[in-house]
Amino acid sequence: MTRARLVTLVGALCALLALLLPRAAWAHKPSDAYLVVAVRGADVSLRLDLALRDLDDELGLDRDEDGELTWAEARAAAPAAAAAAWSSIEVRASDGAGEISAECTHVADAPPAIVRHSDGAYLVLQRRLACRAAPRALTLRYGLFFARDPQHRAVVRVDAGAASRSIVLRAAAREATLDLTDPAPARRAFLAMVREGAAHIAQGYDHLLFLLALLLPAVLVRRPGSARFAPRARFRPAALDVLRVVTAFTVAHSVTLSLAALEVVVLPSRLVESVIAASVVAAALNNLFPLLREGRWLATFALGLMHGFGFAATLHDLDLGRGALVVSLLGFNVGVELGQLALVAAFLPLAFAARRTWVYRRLVLKGGSLLIAALALVWLAERALAVRLLP
Amino acid sequence: MGPHGRRARRLVKAALGLSVLVAGVALVATAPRSAGGARVFVPARGDEVLERLPARTEGRRTRELRALRAALAKTPRDVELAVRTARLAIELSRARADPRYQGYAEAALAPLFHEGAAPPTAALTLRATLRQSQHDFPGALADLDVVVARAPKDAQAWLTRAVVLTVLARYPEARAACARLEPLAPAVVVAVCRETLASLTGQATAAYARLSRAAEGARLVTPEEGAWVASTLGELAARAGDVDAGRRHLERALELEPDDPYVLAALADLELDAARPAEVVRRLAGKEDNDLLLLRLAIAEASVRAPEAEAHAALLGQRFRASRLRGDVVHRREEARYLVALAGEPRRALELARANWEVQREVPDARVLMEAALAARAREEARPALTWLAESRCEDPALLRLRQELE
Repeated sequence: MTRARLVTLVGALCALLALLLPRAAWAHKPSDAYLVVAVRGADVSLRLDLALRDLDDELGLDRDEDGELTWAEARAAAPAAAAAAWSSIEVRASDGAGEISAECTHVADAPPAIVRHSDGAYLVLQRRLACRAAPRALTLRYGLFFARDPQHRAVVRVDAGAASRSIVLRAAAREATLDLTDPAPARRAFLAMVREGAAHIAQGYDHLLFLLALLLPAVLVRRPGSARFAPRARFRPAALDVLRVVTAFTVAHSVTLSLAALEVVVLPSRLVESVIAASVVAAALNNLFPLLREGRWLATFALGLMHGFGFAATLHDLDLGRGALVVSLLGFNVGVELGQLALVAAFLPLAFAARRTWVYRRLVLKGGSLLIAALALVWLAERALAVRLLP
Repeated sequence: MGPHGRRARRLVKAALGLSVLVAGVALVATAPRSAGGARVFVPARGDEVLERLPARTEGRRTRELRALRAALAKTPRDVELAVRTARLAIELSRARADPRYQGYAEAALAPLFHEGAAPPTAALTLRATLRQSQHDFPGALADLDVVVARAPKDAQAWLTRAVVLTVLARYPEARAACARLEPLAPAVVVAVCRETLASLTGQATAAYARLSRAAEGARLVTPEEGAWVASTLGELAARAGDVDAGRRHLERALELEPDDPYVLAALADLELDAARPAEVVRRLAGKEDNDLLLLRLAIAEASVRAPEAEAHAALLGQRFRASRLRGDVVHRREEARYLVALAGEPRRALELARANWEVQREVPDARVLMEAALAARAREEARPALTWLAESRCEDPALLRLRQELE
């Protein structure tokens, strides 16, 4: 056997073995580019994030071949990257009747920059276009990298007005047309967020129990100088008390939800979740060993601030486009308030009707509060110590 | 001012104090994390390193692939060149656990599938492998059907077929494919094919013993082959309940193929089950680039309460979101595990685990479905996995423990 033949045979065997088992099917995200198109009137701005690894494969960024991509190497390749990118992206604006009436022309480019996505560093290319008129529909065509890697995709987000639309362009579908006048995506997105908010309050037992612990004593009034409760005579003061508490909670969590969603303030989730559990304990214990009598709404406000951070975590997980963030935030909040309102609407008439009974004052108020406090105490321990106690 | 007024004032002060405290804590906690979002920046120094290319640490095959792709660009319909390029790219995608190489392989093969004529057999086999990696199992089987009809002595096709059918839990057909392999491949390869199946279907201990004997007598030609046999032995030993032997085999596999992500993940799972998370943290620290390993690392860190735990879980969450944005579903098994073990979202985990079970039915798929059903308090939802467990008679200790908890 000749040496060449032996090498081929061993090579074939290696190849055979390297192909054997379905291993490491997924360990990195495949290649993506991110394109954000922002439409403001007749101005269209594009931001394209390209993975340095893809640019290296296409253009050979790593000049010194040391396996490290530096800013100098990326900057040196930026003009070539921009030329390749912009020549493979097409933006056509139309008046909505299918006619391409508003050709968009190149106005200016921003200098190259860098952004880190979860899977590495990306080169940021930005370009401003001016169209002849405000586009009513936009056709996008994208063709970068497909020849080298058919699994490459462009994750596109178009922000126009209050609505964000997302599409994915791929080798088999490189072009898409978006109707910017269609109000449906904005409305759908808003309604979806309302649903998310309502679902979150319905499944967020900690928020519900917090509210319930605060509502339980609302149909009762404390005898002056004693810890004993007496039923309220009239519905109106009870309803007012509920209104104050619910409003304080709403205002407080709306403030912090907004701050957190806009990333003005970011808190570690373990701290947030622990304080939320502590707030439920505090609210429930206050029904058993009253420290605060009137003015519970103020304490509600202070503790409600923390709950807002808790809501924000959910919102963050939903991953929203910047352009639609305010609308989403509003929708989510409306959903949360609707959920709360449902709880109040179910609770208040029943509680008011039952307020004179022993069952309500002893079993529901005292027993219920005890139960809530105990449960929340377990949550607090679980969250603060990161252990699992409940099955 | 009455006592009422004074009390109200005290309350206002207390509430304000508390709010200021919250705001203060918030600001302190924010400071180091303000870069958490995707912030666009211009690096201050030209020599700032933005990205490390793992590919360059082992340059020979990278350079070889680059040369092949360059040559192929000139003659894209050269079948032999295209097949060589695709094969090398797939090998690299496995060694580096990087799907970009699968894309390069697909690009190399694409011109061979665009002609009126039937695609070459070798190209079909490679496309089947790519389809299998992308969890298009029916597509992979369709390609392999054509290959084995044309070339009934193609060992690679029978082996890939056995593997795909095993993933789909179609064990009798998989066994038949292993039988077709017998006269075509080295004995140890046939043993791995057979005993993996036996280990899944009620013969865990005997299968491990038989494969151990087959491996002892075998002449292992390459480190890849040795690592593959050793890691299979490790899995079979663990399934037979022998954790120490499992660990020994997997460590042996790592000696032959250091940093093999598949083996590292298997070893991490074994240590997590053996309640040795600190060992996982030690071994996987610094390997956060790989999502498969980041998942194990974050789970281990959460259980030893390491300071990085939360940041790593958050990074993993971002990676899953990025995958969802591009429309990928190949990592549902891992995302479901993340949602159960780290994110505390058993409902969504269950949805993913159920969808995943419709696509692939391996031990980890059954496990995550059972774990998600338990966590979501929806035991009924685990039924498909329980039915499979009863029918296959699989003896995986973790699955048996979960079944007990579910019943």
